[in-house]
Amino acid sequence: MDPELIKDCVHCGFCLPTCPTYVLWGEEMDSPRGRIHLMGQHVEGTPLTDAMAGHFDACLGCMACVTACPSGVRYDRLIEQTRAVVEREHVRRPDERAIRALVFALFPYRRRLRAMRLPMRLSRRLQPFLEQVHPSLGAMAELAPDAPRPVRLPPLVRARRRRRARVGLLTGCVQGEFFPQVNAATARVLALEGCDVVIPPRQGCCGALSLHSGREAEARRFARRTIAVFERAGVDAVVVNAAGCGSSMKDYAEVLADEPGWAARARALRTRDLAEFLIELGPVAGRHPLPVTIAYHDACHLAHAQGVRAQPRELLRAIPGLELREIGESAVCCGSAGTYNLFQPEAARQLGDRKAERVLAAGADLLVSANPGCTMQIAASVRRAGKGEIRVAHTAEVLDASLRGLGSV
Amino acid sequence: MSELERLTERLTAALPPDAVLTDPVRLRTYECDGLTHHRATPGVVVLPETAEQVAAVVRLCGEHGVPFVARGSGTGLSGGALPRTDGVLIVTSRMRRILEIDIPNRRAVVEPGVTNLAITEAVRDRGYYYAPDPSSQQVCSIGGNVAENSGGAHCLKYGFTVNHVLSAEIVTPDGEIVELSAQDPGYDLLGAFIGSEGTLGIATKITVRLSRAPEVVTTLLAAFTGIEAGGRAVSAIIAAGVVPAAIEMMDALAIEAAEAAVHCRYPAGAGAVLVVELDGPHAEVEHQFAAVERICRDNGAFEIRVAASAEERAAIWKGRKSAFAAVGRISPAYIVQDGVVPRTALPRVLAGIDLLQEEYGIRVANVFHAGDGNLHPLVLFDDSVPGEAERAEAVSGRILDLCVEHGGSITGEHGVGVDKARYMPRMFTEDDLDTMQLVRCAFDPRGLANPGKVFPTPRLCGEVPGVRRGAHPLVEAGLAEQF
Repeated sequence: MDPELIKDCVHCGFCLPTCPTYVLWGEEMDSPRGRIHLMGQHVEGTPLTDAMAGHFDACLGCMACVTACPSGVRYDRLIEQTRAVVEREHVRRPDERAIRALVFALFPYRRRLRAMRLPMRLSRRLQPFLEQVHPSLGAMAELAPDAPRPVRLPPLVRARRRRRARVGLLTGCVQGEFFPQVNAATARVLALEGCDVVIPPRQGCCGALSLHSGREAEARRFARRTIAVFERAGVDAVVVNAAGCGSSMKDYAEVLADEPGWAARARALRTRDLAEFLIELGPVAGRHPLPVTIAYHDACHLAHAQGVRAQPRELLRAIPGLELREIGESAVCCGSAGTYNLFQPEAARQLGDRKAERVLAAGADLLVSANPGCTMQIAASVRRAGKGEIRVAHTAEVLDASLRGLGSV
Repeated sequence: MSELERLTERLTAALPPDAVLTDPVRLRTYECDGLTHHRATPGVVVLPETAEQVAAVVRLCGEHGVPFVARGSGTGLSGGALPRTDGVLIVTSRMRRILEIDIPNRRAVVEPGVTNLAITEAVRDRGYYYAPDPSSQQVCSIGGNVAENSGGAHCLKYGFTVNHVLSAEIVTPDGEIVELSAQDPGYDLLGAFIGSEGTLGIATKITVRLSRAPEVVTTLLAAFTGIEAGGRAVSAIIAAGVVPAAIEMMDALAIEAAEAAVHCRYPAGAGAVLVVELDGPHAEVEHQFAAVERICRDNGAFEIRVAASAEERAAIWKGRKSAFAAVGRISPAYIVQDGVVPRTALPRVLAGIDLLQEEYGIRVANVFHAGDGNLHPLVLFDDSVPGEAERAEAVSGRILDLCVEHGGSITGEHGVGVDKARYMPRMFTEDDLDTMQLVRCAFDPRGLANPGKVFPTPRLCGEVPGVRRGAHPLVEAGLAEQF
């Protein structure tokens, strides 16, 4: 917790209404301003109490406050540093430790996720039982999507027209296992727009979950490995279609700041969100009409952490026949926030309910989001509201359908 | 067991779980509002959800003789919500329901924790808005606005909070829930309550006036080489009989800060910018706009931009509205001052501020609601340099002296709070202050509601203030009797 970064906060409170936990509970210590105050207390010598750790844990890390802050406070850096301190200094309850160990041993590893297919198919039926064992297990069961058929992607997808770029594709852990069709669609869209798409089969987790949970050493290990893999691929840019992964990859240089050689290599890696990349590249492929109304959901790690708001909307609006609708309170997190809905299931459910209500009010045929966590969270929240299965898609899938003239998604 | 501990036990019993905070680490996060150089950790914090709960807390405070302070979003700039270490901080941030929107009668009923902007957002689709617009409008609560009689850029034309509140349900300092209305015959108690800075009670339900959104809004940004030329343009605009919705001015340093924070892209090389907003019927705005543009050019504006869309209008305002917090980008610490001068005295007062900057070696950025002479000098300092905070404080005080000397006031809209209580005697005589104390005593005879604010010296109602020291001339003449 860098005291200089803490000092940047002038206590104006502009962050309060944008903070999901302040929106829920209306308490100063569960607002960014209050949390920065707590960080300041700790830096001045107050020991990290259970109460303090609880308020830091309750932060979703959605970064809406970073967008709102007129003084440019780097809350993103502050909360990352703080989470690392919490990991080092705070002794968690045994059940919390067990759940965290399970999550961090499972999610960053695709093969282990793959082994979860069968249990996942059963888990929704077992949800009430799992909920009783531990609320986090209940949340996991509730969120689990229908395990899709695996999709095998080739190591190279060639451009379908004159080549304009050679890009790498990060397939992601949760995206790759639970939403493989999104990666397939991403590769097709990029190829149709004139990109050679390199998909290194040996790539692993980008480290987003570890980084956003204060597991610094683990995050650095994943970061170094990811950098090395994409350096070998020899690409102009690494395209990422999961908001959480993209935001952590853009932070690599800061994550590896203590290792100057790696930090320089991190800076050389051009990471781009899919929508951001496509807008920079400019469209060449023809768009076929898609008569559908879409509610576009801003993933926090896209909108707040990467500032990518206009690009996905621009891409969607350019599709003939498509009607784009906004969701109320679009800047407020849906409660997914990486591992948040697993570790803080109660708060996450409240935020999910709030989001589901506004998504349904938009009255669109299809919900589009650019983050697998948000997609699962909102779908689960809509199910919980008794509204059945909402149709969800990634921006890439909608573009893919339009480019290939599939008529309707 | 202390009185506060006994009270805390009873508060815990009277309120829902999680509504009473006693953990010292949590309490400290409430130690200040938007003005951070006054700090006091509250004895206990309560987060009530209903008027009845607020009344219960206030009644219990009375029974135990413990002082209480109300707080909304904690954005105040005069330390009005500074807690008492020996008291209860009553936070209204969980009372944020919009209870009723009544478009035919142009009013809305809201709880005190609702933010100022949330009211406008709730009625915007229907062509209405809530007019007072403090720069912190997306955060500050309407309860706090009532306590401080908050203004904003558009108060030049539309007036302050007091002009837009129709009635309020308040909890009096003895714990009674009463309704004050602007329509009540007799004394304007609602008028007395608005702006009383939490010393006369706590608003728990507020009925506000909704205003029809104007047919046309035109915003222009005029850049001048210096602040004097800008000031002349302001006076000329008002003299021409134009009443803009807002006229705001920023000097070079404030522009630099806003640029660093929100990249507002104000014209390069501007020593001052004026933001002038005109609103109303189409024909009227068009006519006035031509006049304003001509006056700006005549007074040396080297660039004039007109917002062509809602986005461009928002971009112009963004620089101005973020200016206070944005100063954090160019200075480690700063004091936001708030004073008023007659418009015509503006150039002289600004020259005086320049002299102070030289004398003390302290930078001052200037942002003003120029139309009504409300200055917001931002006194910049580095709190890690020994002595600089004290010099900044001195400059800040001397600026208020300048305002008073030129026939102005020590506060335009931020309130007196704890920060300016000591400056009150520069504006008022002992007798004036005693008279105000009498009003306070009528509401709060025991002095438990936000004590230590507004008035320089605490005085109990038992200590007979000056005005009652001798017999009243009317009593002496046998024309009235004292009871």
